[in-house]
Amino acid sequence: MTKNNGFFQWIESGSQALDLEMQDSLRDPDEVEQEEAARELDDALMPAERKKRRSVFSALRAADTKRFNTIYRVLAVMLCAGLIAFMLFSVAQMPSFGNPDTLTHSELSSFYARNTIRDSGAANIICGIILDYRGFDTLGESHVLFIAVCTVMMLLRSPNDGEASELDAEDLREHYLEVRHDNILVMIARFVVPVLLVFGVYVVLNGHLSPGGGFSGGAILGGALLLYLFAYGYRRTERFMTIRTFRVVSCCALVSYSTLKCYHFYTGVNGIASIFRRGTYGTLFSGGMLLPLDIAVGLVVACTMYTFFTLFRKGDF
Amino acid sequence: MGILNAILLLAVLVCAVGVSLTKNLLSAVIIFMTQSLVMCIIWILLESPDLAITEAAVGAGVTSMLMFAALKRIHALDDKERDDDDEE
Repeated sequence: MTKNNGFFQWIESGSQALDLEMQDSLRDPDEVEQEEAARELDDALMPAERKKRRSVFSALRAADTKRFNTIYRVLAVMLCAGLIAFMLFSVAQMPSFGNPDTLTHSELSSFYARNTIRDSGAANIICGIILDYRGFDTLGESHVLFIAVCTVMMLLRSPNDGEASELDAEDLREHYLEVRHDNILVMIARFVVPVLLVFGVYVVLNGHLSPGGGFSGGAILGGALLLYLFAYGYRRTERFMTIRTFRVVSCCALVSYSTLKCYHFYTGVNGIASIFRRGTYGTLFSGGMLLPLDIAVGLVVACTMYTFFTLFRKGDF
Repeated sequence: MGILNAILLLAVLVCAVGVSLTKNLLSAVIIFMTQSLVMCIIWILLESPDLAITEAAVGAGVTSMLMFAALKRIHALDDKERDDDDEE
């Protein structure tokens, strides 16, 4: 396998085809400037007749634009009204909320309510459905999230080939100057960030017992990291959170999630007893496989949230 | 409970219309956050705490932070006066 492959180059040092400098204008800036100056001179020297003609012409064009704007607005409002009517109509067709006679209530929900605890050992039935009955969907969702981050990274990462371009220098200055050590923010972050981190870990670990789970807990952890970043700046967060951390953590989490899920499918289909035993109902280790799955999802989501923000803000880590 | 529900649903509607009518982008993002928080309370009233937690963390927290980052990126957060000072 050659190392010249674009994919490997991207893995090694970021994108290269996208690093090419973007041209602001196809023409030379000097030429544009000259042209503008010439036009200004022309305007000043223009005879009254031509000026009048030009103003009439622009008035005509303005009338055209106005008409276009009116038609555009009317059409937009009509389209919106149509869509709203369509949606309200379909909502009116839906079964009433909480009605026990509807089809979804009669079969599936009673099945889940009866069997989830026996099948997955989760006190939180929703977690049992998401990670056990529909674990395959959640697996796909995690991968979709990861692919989305990879795409954003390809698009937004700025070049870092040692020599920083002018744009980079400006960005760098901004991002170090940006931290103003706002006293209110720092004081609040000092109290809130630890609480948020503990709460996020709690939500992830207790996903199968109480409301929450991997995704929401991961989002809380990501939010706590972002608050820390706002209060203390990139220098502090770069000590523990770099692109390397992101790569290692999300890849490990995704691979372990997939492996666990494959093992789960294999044992489930063949009727083999899983090594993940269920403990007493209602305790932390009662869910068997659900706990590691939740942790993996939480790690992926937390890293993704943080990475998205840094990429948007800085274009890099 | 019915009155509370009605008030919250009304608030969601007002926020949703307000977002599209606001000229200032920063205010629009903050109104969007408010809408998410009200939705979060509605989820709790509909007895789905899982969704409520996710809505609060993603809708109100992370999404608005990303929007703020995007606004900063396109220089929409700089106030006009400072720009004028820079030009002078």
